[in-house]
Amino acid sequence: MADAASGSTERSVQVKLVLLGEAAVGKSSIVLRFVSNEFQANKEPTIGAAFLTQKCRLEDRVLRYEIWDTAGQERFHSLAPMYYRNAQAAVVVYDVTKASSLEKAKTWVKELQRQANPNIVIALAGNKIDLVTPSASSSSSTTAESEDEADDATATPGETATSGEPESLRQVPRDEAEAYAQEAGLLFFETSAKTGDGVVEIFTEIAKKIPIDQILASTRGGAGRPGAASGRAAQEGGVNLEENSAKGKDANLRY
Amino acid sequence: MDEEYDVIVLGTGLTECILSGLLSVEGKKVLHMDRNDYYGGDSASLNLTQLYRKFRPDQAVPTELGRDRDYAVDLIPKFIIASGELTRILVHTDVTRYLEFKQIAGSYVYREGKISKVPSTEMEAVKSPLMGLFEKRRAKKFFEFLQSWKDDDPATHQGIDLDKNTMAQVYEKFGLEPGTQDFIGHAMALYLDDDYKTKPARPAYERIVLYTSSMARYGKSPYIYPLYGLGELPQAFARLSAIYGGTYMLDKPIDEIITDDDGKFVGVRSGSETVKAKQVVGDPSYFGAGKSADGGKVRVVEEGKVIRAICFLKHPIPGTDDSDSAQIIIPQNQVGRRNDIYIAMVSSTHNVCAKDVYVAIVSTIVETDRPEQEIAPGLQLLGPIYDKFISVSSLYTPTSTGESDGVFITRSYDATSHFETVVDDVNHVWKRMLGKDLVLKKRDVEVEA
Repeated sequence: MADAASGSTERSVQVKLVLLGEAAVGKSSIVLRFVSNEFQANKEPTIGAAFLTQKCRLEDRVLRYEIWDTAGQERFHSLAPMYYRNAQAAVVVYDVTKASSLEKAKTWVKELQRQANPNIVIALAGNKIDLVTPSASSSSSTTAESEDEADDATATPGETATSGEPESLRQVPRDEAEAYAQEAGLLFFETSAKTGDGVVEIFTEIAKKIPIDQILASTRGGAGRPGAASGRAAQEGGVNLEENSAKGKDANLRY
Repeated sequence: MDEEYDVIVLGTGLTECILSGLLSVEGKKVLHMDRNDYYGGDSASLNLTQLYRKFRPDQAVPTELGRDRDYAVDLIPKFIIASGELTRILVHTDVTRYLEFKQIAGSYVYREGKISKVPSTEMEAVKSPLMGLFEKRRAKKFFEFLQSWKDDDPATHQGIDLDKNTMAQVYEKFGLEPGTQDFIGHAMALYLDDDYKTKPARPAYERIVLYTSSMARYGKSPYIYPLYGLGELPQAFARLSAIYGGTYMLDKPIDEIITDDDGKFVGVRSGSETVKAKQVVGDPSYFGAGKSADGGKVRVVEEGKVIRAICFLKHPIPGTDDSDSAQIIIPQNQVGRRNDIYIAMVSSTHNVCAKDVYVAIVSTIVETDRPEQEIAPGLQLLGPIYDKFISVSSLYTPTSTGESDGVFITRSYDATSHFETVVDDVNHVWKRMLGKDLVLKKRDVEVEA
């Protein structure tokens, strides 16, 4: 289980995790559920938050996820290569009530396989299952009404599925998506950011697959920031821009 | 694209991306577009496919160079000077969190046919062949003078007025030899020509202080460099802009800058789509650079040319102690020119090319109609060159400030060795656009769970 582990002084492994998926499938909401255990219908776009971070405890190991949101740059196919750079994990999200969003997810998976770290752990998450699950089976979900949270201010119009037979809203059969995930070597989940179903599992299952020992070895133990990393000099010979500024000020002029 | 924006930014070069990021943080609604399908414009770093598409569209990428994805080849040769203004902006905006930096291993200066390291420690200074023993003593006095200078303490001035006396007079006072003057003016103050000598000494003083404080900050050289190439810088500022609500559209041809009857900016047209905004800012290529007046309004003028030769080497540059990165300055006097020749070299240590490949860019301001010959002294220092890509670029500057028509244009990337003039341009454009000085506020945003 994920564990906030606040105040913990133990060393943790930093893992850069990127979110991908079509607009309005619930990327930000999944992270919000994971990080704060909250859900906001009609979520406002994420302004001013560069990443969310969350610790995840796994037996004797602690991972610290540095979660990168797209900040809307995926809308017009304008995600920068920097976004994928050194990501050790990716969650590719689609909406189970929208068949085209799975197709889009597949193109993101291809993009990751082309651009990202070859060892990246990819999870495919079919979100919004609260819309297709009979409400009785879902403890905290009272109704299966609209989950029209806007992701990155890009709420897709005409998506406010309201009443009717829940199963009829499903456009992506679980079997089909799962078969694709298996074939492509992805972890697979169906989730509801609204009820919390399946969300924590994504992150704990990813944690199990991350080659932590390898990361520790390559970043010289614990302090490493294998993601694109804040100038904290994770790599050998790296420099931290925020250090040494005082040193520079009274530098000796020498020839 | 029916929405209306506060500012449309055209081109994703570093200058535009810094502006875009700062404008979004300021609360402006920004639409940022680029005609290319990659970030960075003229300050991009390209993979091999992109590099060949740009320079040799008819030629396949040689497989011998290794994997495409290992390459991020800078189009402009610049480093970040450690204690400069770009560093300050990176830290204040917290954009550093998206980037990792490494030092450039050394700065070298060419003198009488060979190159020597610009000393970065007392020990190196003592051993340096750049000056004789007596000259070293004179230089020591000169640097002590600069180091102890305080504007409000005349006792530290030794009879010199930095705002009145020329740099030539300061050199003369300390009895420095011409070779030492070349070294100080070109390898430390980083002047490209000798015009500074006849001007008041203060700017030279400030540049030497910037150099030495940058050198002291990390030790080996005054420069740092972002892993994966300079093209990471615009991407990082673009992300800042996006996080603060900026909208990004790459691969978007810009067909027209639309103005009203008074010539004031209204919007831009891309194909059949038009988008409106109060202001537009962009690089010169979106405002008629290189075109004659009949192909749309030309709002920029050429003020010089730079030649740049991107060279792939299979070895470090001879004489640099096998450094993984280096700057080499060939002062103009040494080769009978008006402007210095620069070499900037990086390698796989900086994640910009395959292992055992070194990427060196030789550049200078064009003085003749045979620019390739002008960089020959630089090319000769490299040893065998596996392949080279030569470009001659015009440097453009806007013909108007933009305050009357809402059209703000940035300057081309010049021949200087770092980004300080880029930050100057950001400051100037900001002031023209917003009517106030740019004041950096510390950003504090991390959401800790």
